[in-house]
Amino acid sequence: MGLFDNPFQAATRLSACSCGRHASQGEHERALRLEATAVASQEEARITRVVENGLMRALFPQDRSRRAFLKAVGASTAAAALAQFLPVGMISEVLAQGTGPLEKTDLNVGFIPITCSTPIIMAHPMGFYERQGLNVSVVKTAGWAVIRDMTLNDEYDAAQMLVPMPLAISMGVGSSPVPMAIPAIQNVNGQAITLALKHQDRRDPKDWAGMRFAVPFDYSMHNYLLRYYLAEAGIDPDADVSIRAVPPPEMVANLRADNIDGFLAPDPMNQRAVYDGVGFIHMLSKEMWDGHPCCAFTAKAAFAREAPNTYAALLRAILEASAYASNLDNRPEIAAAIAPSEYLNQPATVVEQVLTGTYADGLGQVQRDPHRIDFTSFPWESFAVWIMTQMKRWGQVSGEIDYQRIAREVYLATDARRLMEEAGLEAPAENSRSFEVMGKTFDPADPEGYLSSFAIRRS
Amino acid sequence: MAASLNLKAGALSLAILAALLLAWHFAVGGGGTGVEGLDPEYAALMGAQVTEGASAMPGPLDLFETLTGHLSDPFYDRGPNSKGIGLQLAYSLGRVLLGFSLAFLVAVPLGFAIGMSPLLSRALNPFIQIMKPVSPLAWMPLALYTIQDSATSAIFVIFICSIWPMLVNTAFGVANVRKEWLNVARTLEISSLKRAFTVILPAAAPTIVTGMRISIGIAWLVIVAAEMLVGGTGIGYFVWNEWNNLSIVNVIVAILAIGTIGMILDQLLAGAARLVTFPE
Repeated sequence: MGLFDNPFQAATRLSACSCGRHASQGEHERALRLEATAVASQEEARITRVVENGLMRALFPQDRSRRAFLKAVGASTAAAALAQFLPVGMISEVLAQGTGPLEKTDLNVGFIPITCSTPIIMAHPMGFYERQGLNVSVVKTAGWAVIRDMTLNDEYDAAQMLVPMPLAISMGVGSSPVPMAIPAIQNVNGQAITLALKHQDRRDPKDWAGMRFAVPFDYSMHNYLLRYYLAEAGIDPDADVSIRAVPPPEMVANLRADNIDGFLAPDPMNQRAVYDGVGFIHMLSKEMWDGHPCCAFTAKAAFAREAPNTYAALLRAILEASAYASNLDNRPEIAAAIAPSEYLNQPATVVEQVLTGTYADGLGQVQRDPHRIDFTSFPWESFAVWIMTQMKRWGQVSGEIDYQRIAREVYLATDARRLMEEAGLEAPAENSRSFEVMGKTFDPADPEGYLSSFAIRRS
Repeated sequence: MAASLNLKAGALSLAILAALLLAWHFAVGGGGTGVEGLDPEYAALMGAQVTEGASAMPGPLDLFETLTGHLSDPFYDRGPNSKGIGLQLAYSLGRVLLGFSLAFLVAVPLGFAIGMSPLLSRALNPFIQIMKPVSPLAWMPLALYTIQDSATSAIFVIFICSIWPMLVNTAFGVANVRKEWLNVARTLEISSLKRAFTVILPAAAPTIVTGMRISIGIAWLVIVAAEMLVGGTGIGYFVWNEWNNLSIVNVIVAILAIGTIGMILDQLLAGAARLVTFPE
């Protein structure tokens, strides 16, 4: 609290920390650190358990003899005996730290201040990078084009990108072609269509001809989902409405100024429009496609090749952060950690509403959807194939596309699986799967067939 | 007489300021009652604009509060994304001074050469005419692409926008040194180097400093926009970050800070101009 703050004003925060629940910033950070150590010790316990499991299985291939042994000497004696023969602690340490020395420990990772970047950001205050021996600076970046340029210029070792961007860059669409890699998805869901309050009685998209919409970037799921949604309602997104690329904070300001009628944007901007009383949430993007990818954790393919150990360590930190963030119990605390000015710079309640899924919809109702945003990290190759069908559908690319090869080269599902299994996380067995978008099943084996099934398309 | 005029002007300035602040205060504070009968759980999730009917525009009291908050700790440093406003201004100022000094080192000697040699003047004129009107920010993508470093790119943009006024003014000042003075120098048979330093430079100095004054003004204008584009540090980044938070009051704080620093820079060079000007 500043010296001149009025303690009788409701808006004044008397506690001095960024989340408002502690008396000082120091106490806030101590609490966060404590939490991070607790997570760390859980993680170590899990890895130790995996190693012990393996040892016991090797010593006693038959469960009967293992039980007999344990009964005879007691569990604690057995564990002590094992520890004498084999340094269990050391093995689990090696597993946790990776196999080789890190080629590089000081890394820059770029992010955009939206809730999709949660795993990249929270791994910093929660100490996930540190535990991998990495000194990571997470750098807030002004926009998607800047993040693309900084990554291509090697100022960032890795960065958050919209899932279609690495595909576009690899294919040389909208930039010079540079091979990119998506070893992990940052988040799924986490977007919404927000409309200006004056449209609250105009909820049927069939009536939306003539409206003006904003999306954050041309190569974004936001753009493809909004176009998909409009086209399903019979509105041609190029002819009947206008869709422009606008930076998210300007979307809220433009909505207030009645310069646009709505937007499909990443959170927390949808919630911010509600919080500021200028718009309402028409629908969450998960209602179109539950589990759609949104942002990706991305690096140049060259980084993975030249510094494989660093790359693996970084990825492990992200995968663990994603696993931690996907646990709903941790969400309020994550919201408090990422809301301050150095990260998202938003009111804590706005971030918390997005992450916990208990939110005001702008129409007077409190909605509850705990999966409003989720942090599963597996980079399904079929995501990439779907995105390429939409790039072709709206004329961003033309001609023959080798869907499966590009998907395999950019979306590194196999790498992700290996690292997830190493970290003791569950990973799916296959690289591709079909899913439904607005009730229509997508078969990744037949992208051209899918593409030609749409009535409204450019190619 | 002059003292009383100054006193009157000062009083009038204060009165105008007070009137503006009062008008601002009443314009934004107009009758916020909030929405009646709001579900308390719902209301807890909404901002003051909805629950209290607060204006989206901050009032002068909010500004004062935020300003004192920033000024009470202007130099804090919490990692790469959160620094005090004083530190941000220092980063911007550092970039401007670096880019400006580089431009000075190039523009003044080159301007001298152009001013002394009609041949060079004609040969370089088309280039200067084409480059001069290019918006400094138009250089930004090219700089990022070729230099491949955002900090250096920002300094390059400052360099490229500061160079033209200094170059043109120096050339103009040198070319327009009075013929009589040059003729006197010729009759005294002093060396051309000595002539440049003892006759031409003092005569052209006021024009050169005027060019510098224009340049630093432009550089300070440009740095804010450049930093908003590349981000990282600096007052431009501060504005972008607070705009991202839709925090208008912090944007106003930044505007005040930018204006104040810009005025100080301008006054410093105005002082320098007085030092090198002499009565004829």
